[in-house]
Amino acid sequence: MSETMTMNAPLTAADGESLKVKLARERRNKQLKAIALVAPLALFLLLTFLVPIAMLLKRSVDNPEVITYLPQTSAEIAGWDRRGLPSEAVFAAMARDLTIAKEQKTVSEISKRLNMDISGFRSLIQRSARKMPLEVAAGESVRDQFIAMDERWGDPEHWHVIAKNAKSWTPYYLYSSLDLRETKAGTPELAPEEERAFLSIFGRTLWMSMWITLISVLLGYPVAYWLANLPARKSNLLMILVLLPFWTSVLVRVASWIVLLQQEGLINSALMGLGIIGEPLQLAFNRTGVYIAMVHILLPFVILPAYSVMKSIPPTYMRAAISLGDHPFAAFWKIYFPQTVAGVAAGALLVFIMCMGYYITPALLGGPQEQMVSYYVAFYTNVTINWGMAAALGSLLLVATMTLYAVYSKLVGANKLSLG
Amino acid sequence: MLPNYASPIERIWFWTFRILCVSVLIFLVSPLLVIIPLSFSDNTFLLYPIENFSLRWYHEFFGNEVWLNSLKNSFIVAPVATLLAMVLGSLAAVGLTSSDFPGKSLLMSILISPMVVPVVIVGVGAYLFFAPLGLTSSYLGLILVHTALGVPFVVITVSATLGNFNANLIKASANLGANPLTTYRRVVFPLIAPGVISGGLFAFATSFDEVVVTLFLAGPEQSTLPRQMFGGIKENISPAIAAAATVLILFSIALLLTLEWLRGRAEKMRTAAVH
Repeated sequence: MSETMTMNAPLTAADGESLKVKLARERRNKQLKAIALVAPLALFLLLTFLVPIAMLLKRSVDNPEVITYLPQTSAEIAGWDRRGLPSEAVFAAMARDLTIAKEQKTVSEISKRLNMDISGFRSLIQRSARKMPLEVAAGESVRDQFIAMDERWGDPEHWHVIAKNAKSWTPYYLYSSLDLRETKAGTPELAPEEERAFLSIFGRTLWMSMWITLISVLLGYPVAYWLANLPARKSNLLMILVLLPFWTSVLVRVASWIVLLQQEGLINSALMGLGIIGEPLQLAFNRTGVYIAMVHILLPFVILPAYSVMKSIPPTYMRAAISLGDHPFAAFWKIYFPQTVAGVAAGALLVFIMCMGYYITPALLGGPQEQMVSYYVAFYTNVTINWGMAAALGSLLLVATMTLYAVYSKLVGANKLSLG
Repeated sequence: MLPNYASPIERIWFWTFRILCVSVLIFLVSPLLVIIPLSFSDNTFLLYPIENFSLRWYHEFFGNEVWLNSLKNSFIVAPVATLLAMVLGSLAAVGLTSSDFPGKSLLMSILISPMVVPVVIVGVGAYLFFAPLGLTSSYLGLILVHTALGVPFVVITVSATLGNFNANLIKASANLGANPLTTYRRVVFPLIAPGVISGGLFAFATSFDEVVVTLFLAGPEQSTLPRQMFGGIKENISPAIAAAATVLILFSIALLLTLEWLRGRAEKMRTAAVH
């Protein structure tokens, strides 16, 4: 009787509280403690990493120039029906805006932005601003004065560009990064062939990353296999040859490759000394040089994870297959290789992701034809100071990287990422 | 090893495989070996053969204000960034492994992401965000971003160490009368310390080798050793770079040896803890 009682009654802790409630509370406390421990890092990365990246993404669609420096024109032109020329009021607003811009020295900001859409707009704005303020007699038209000043003001095309840019965001930079341009209807179309540039740069980035990854895997896999199947003492010793370059500064390695590969470098003089070649080969500052140095940098990232996967495969499997009559090659292919595919593929994907964003090696060891997307992000930031283009190219590169990273996380799990 | 009855094809395969593996290993170390002797050359160009040996490029390196300043900056930024990364990363790793909560795997992916986001993007983003705050051309800005880049390594290594951690040890310690603090100090910390330190070494190496963010964020005052080398390689590659490279190679050997020593120690402690 008493036994059934205890079976049916809810379980309680010593203090009479329901055990279920107590356990749930205990678990919640533990969760809160865990979250409290992660919170400082999450907050830190939010401020030093995620917000900066969000700023970059925002910058890729940011279009502040016209709306900030031509505020009255922007307000007036909103009412324009986009047929013929805008109204007298728009021209008058433009005259007032340009006068203020001239005083505040913001003319170059406006002209630089508008010149991106129509080349020659820069000089038009600057020349017109110099003539501000306009002297308009009663009954005279501001529009006529503008057109008299420069007949391009009578071309609706220029006003379309101003109207298009009179809002705080624009797809212009993202479109340009994909070799697209906006039609009058607002839809994207492919730019004419001679103006295209970036699609081929994205293509080149993927193409080079693919080759570098492929070569790294083809060279790294056998080495990992060899090291994993050597006696521990020998393999530990040889492993140092993999780990040492891994720990050495990338710049040291790039400098060494320049020494080795340059025209008068060690490889060329050795080959010429042996009489194999008559004149030096061009090995550095072209694609060969970039491939060699990049494979050198990324090989350890293939070898180390492959090695740890192979170490976990018991050698008895192969032995069993061979003793059951399989040829060693067949045993390798049917038994060993399939067990390594997942680990090696994960390593290869990581290498591909790292490759896509590489900047230093192509910048130092490549010619213009070897520069990848990262280079152009830096170029637009440092050289031409075009934040919009830098941010748009960066955003697209980020999207590509993050997509692959999501695939990687899904396949491997970010927590399974190992460091050799 | 190759058995006596191996067929000719097997023999050929065996040797091709060996030669391939050895060549790849030579490929991996040769650049490091090539640059060291050049740093002792008397020549003003980085060329072989070396005719006269001298220490003039080390004098150039250690006697030059610019190189010394960059070396000093590297030794300011990297240790501080490493320490920050070790503290923040270890706490987070303890939190991540101690309990399950909703969105944990997504959070883990985000915490690891600084490792995979192209550094150029981090650099430009940091510049955009830090410039209005006056954090560009400052040590603080550089340290903060270097910490962010290094922290994933600490999270990964400490999580991995904690994954191997036997939770019964905590219970055993409590059972033997230790309070939580003593348990942490005497039992938990010694066991996870190798993970924390090896993560720290990765974070240190990341910061110590970082160029791209430094290019965007640092002014000439904060130029680090890799930044200085980047400029040197780009403009005119002098043997002073070989001297800098040799110093860095020695440094990486030291890092590697420390790491291997830690790994051996961790292995010993783990087996000792189980028995």
